[in-house]
Amino acid sequence: MSDDLLHVELVAADRLVWSGEAKMVIARTTEGDVGILPNHAPMLSLMVDGVVDVQTPEGETWVAAVDAGFLSVANNRISILSEHAEMSHEIDLEKARADLERAKSAGEYETEAEAEEAVRHAEARIRAVEKAS
Amino acid sequence: MAVSLREYRARIKSVESTKKITRAMELIAASRIIKAQQRAQAAAPYARELTRAVSAVATYSNVDHPLTTEPEDPKRAAILIVTSDRGLAGGYSSGVLKEAERLAEKLRGEGKEVDTYITGRKGVAYFKFRRRPTVEEWTGFSDQPTYDVAREIGDTLIGAFLSEEELASEENGAGVDEVHVVYTRFRSMLVQEPTAVRLLPLEVVEGEERPEAEDVLPLYEFEPSAAEVLDELLPRYVQSRIFFALLQAAASELAARQRAMKSATDNAEELIKKYKRIANQARQAGITQEISEIVGGVNALADATAGSE
Repeated sequence: MSDDLLHVELVAADRLVWSGEAKMVIARTTEGDVGILPNHAPMLSLMVDGVVDVQTPEGETWVAAVDAGFLSVANNRISILSEHAEMSHEIDLEKARADLERAKSAGEYETEAEAEEAVRHAEARIRAVEKAS
Repeated sequence: MAVSLREYRARIKSVESTKKITRAMELIAASRIIKAQQRAQAAAPYARELTRAVSAVATYSNVDHPLTTEPEDPKRAAILIVTSDRGLAGGYSSGVLKEAERLAEKLRGEGKEVDTYITGRKGVAYFKFRRRPTVEEWTGFSDQPTYDVAREIGDTLIGAFLSEEELASEENGAGVDEVHVVYTRFRSMLVQEPTAVRLLPLEVVEGEERPEAEDVLPLYEFEPSAAEVLDELLPRYVQSRIFFALLQAAASELAARQRAMKSATDNAEELIKKYKRIANQARQAGITQEISEIVGGVNALADATAGSE
């Protein structure tokens, strides 16, 4: 493994969403946004619903929307685990907007917490698409 | 004779249409197994990373967590039985149920009460027919389980495990001291075996994929804290174990169905062959009889005319 690159694995519960090399990864943890550069100290932290930015050595930026999950960094290897994760180009923006509207108008979900979760999830997906474009 | 010939032909026809159905089911099951195996493979990275993270936390922190603590005096146990939604899979469901019965018997022998949780319509029907209570049932996904289902099941079981013992009663299944899962393990296309494993309290298996020598687990920083990370990590670990069990069960179910349908198709072929022989014999017998009747008639006529002359 090269010394100044991160090896990133973005994993959802049912598939490997993305893997590859990166210069920098930005994710949102419970403590706030963290940017991870190569040779970061080993870390295991909780993520909240949000957007993960991956900057590749070629200068491209990949954006993914993730659910709450984990981020583990060790030996220049980052694994991002989330039950559901989607790359920005896989997200259907129209559908995400519609989901957001539905979640906000409530009624469909049994509890407040569920509705809030749906709102957060939809917002994260929309943010991911907007950031990527 | 002619009547029985018609009967045999009708029977051949009906067996032929049965054969078409079983053959179609065999092919469908065969193509779905590949998909089920791919799904199981796709889920492997998540399980692997999660196991790594859990063993990292377990190795570098001395945090006690309720999910890993052995209760001092276990009195209730929950069993999750993973069966199929549809039949026609040979001994698949009954194999799992037998294993579950064995486990329940053993637990009762140790003086524990047993709560039953079931996935799959076959298992539900089995318990309903025997009028035995179940705490909760999930159906409708046995050949392609999703992670959301696994999460729901996991949350229910963890809830039962963590809830206060005082609330325990027959219906709500609270106050469970251990949780077991019975599912069918997919060893290969030919071998699937019903297995029982204890899910809770958790024993973190560190040896499943032993890290290479230079790849020793690093000293992690935990954010916000080791206890909180563990709090989030363990329920997910449980869910992922359940998801794994469901995926294995799905692949096993399809393999069992494919095998059962293959032998059904073979049997149908045998039957058709047998009936065809009998039908041909009956047809031949009919022809022979007709000829001998004609010959007999002609002879009788010839005798009669010869006698009158």
